[in-house]
Amino acid sequence: MCLGVPGKVIEVFEEKGMRMGTVDFGGIQRRACLEYAPDVGLGSFVIVHVGFAISVVNEEEAARSYALLEEMGNLEGIDLPAEAPVTREGAAS
Amino acid sequence: MRYVDEYRDSHIAKGILADIRRSVTRPWTIMEVCGGQTHTLIRQGIDQLLPPEVEMVHGPGCPVCVTPLSIIDRAVSIAKRPDAILCSFGDMLRVPGSSEDLFMARAAGGDVRVVYSPLDALEVARANPDRTVVFFAVGFETTAPANAMAVRQAKLQGVENFTLLVAHVLVPPAMLAILAAPGNRVQAFLAPGHVCTIMGWTEYEPITESFHVPIVVTGFEPLDLLEGIHMTVRQLEEGRAEVENQYVRSVVREGNAAAMRVVAEVFEPCDRAWRGLGPIPNSGLRLTEAYRAHDAELRFPEVVAEVPESEVCIAGMVLQGRAKPHDCPAFGTECTPERPLGAPMVSTEGACAAYFLAGRRREAVSS
Repeated sequence: MCLGVPGKVIEVFEEKGMRMGTVDFGGIQRRACLEYAPDVGLGSFVIVHVGFAISVVNEEEAARSYALLEEMGNLEGIDLPAEAPVTREGAAS
Repeated sequence: MRYVDEYRDSHIAKGILADIRRSVTRPWTIMEVCGGQTHTLIRQGIDQLLPPEVEMVHGPGCPVCVTPLSIIDRAVSIAKRPDAILCSFGDMLRVPGSSEDLFMARAAGGDVRVVYSPLDALEVARANPDRTVVFFAVGFETTAPANAMAVRQAKLQGVENFTLLVAHVLVPPAMLAILAAPGNRVQAFLAPGHVCTIMGWTEYEPITESFHVPIVVTGFEPLDLLEGIHMTVRQLEEGRAEVENQYVRSVVREGNAAAMRVVAEVFEPCDRAWRGLGPIPNSGLRLTEAYRAHDAELRFPEVVAEVPESEVCIAGMVLQGRAKPHDCPAFGTECTPERPLGAPMVSTEGACAAYFLAGRRREAVSS
């Protein structure tokens, strides 16, 4: 229920007194209400939940924390099942 | 997709798992509150890749699962009225009420429509001015701002036939109820990242202090969950109990001020009964006085009898992390996603459905 999908804002417009936008989710485009993302601009990534942008992705923080994850990926691994199924499609349900 | 695909990297996952294995020295029980996180953990088999010391138990963070029977029955009863249109997120349609679900109401001629957003339901109201549109407003803090905006727009623009049937619930009171329950086993929480995107994490700080439990705000992709578990295990091993934020790309401590402002204008806290858990003080939201004209319960004061839950189903124990789905005698036999006995088997985010869909069966999981 609390599903939120990240997408890129490609259009911003006003409709019925609300700030709205078109958001691109890897090729699929949908409208989203931007009232809760007041600082959003064209090209920003937002997390969309039931048609509302609930946050603007902090790209700096994302890059910094992902670099730490990558470092952990370079740690020496230990024995794991050969087919660790963590990369299967469709985790964001 | 950016901010999705890179968080499913198996090489990094192995590195995090290795570090969790290195740092753990004794058994710990961690609860992920959110049903979306439960689903990813089980479908990806993450819980089975963790060292045996780390046990994940699944929390009540599935709004579909905890919406009380009496509210489902009320929705079914409203849906059958010729003067009403019931709009809902798709998940709610198959949730069993005491005798019927919303699909049956639709089959019996009720106008039940699935919408993607509450703003779509508002459009249905504009297009049907002679009938009352009831939007079934379920969800946690994540969804409240969207529903609040829809009813705020309805009031501003004079769409009087738009109403909400409100069944909103809040996460921190449920966590407190779980911690305070006799027999509680939960020693730490992964807090739901999108709830915290709205509310921040200040509400969790007193919980870490009073109960000495670590709480890590965590995202939803496999690497998010692994890193959240890693941070939690570190805290437990070091004897710390703090709020930490794994989901830095979306969450800040103060939350989303614009969203919280509209929620506070439209909704106020109230006591609410949770299906499977019972009444929890101040754990729900209802419309404030200024928005009562849009309250479906006042517009349609149907009398709904209180009906007891199935005696076999152990949904309550599952939702509190005190039992696993396959501990239930009905799991996979009397109760399946096609013919659910309890709500956690209905929603794709329910723990029982997650176990069933991942092929976990009673005989297959005996630990």
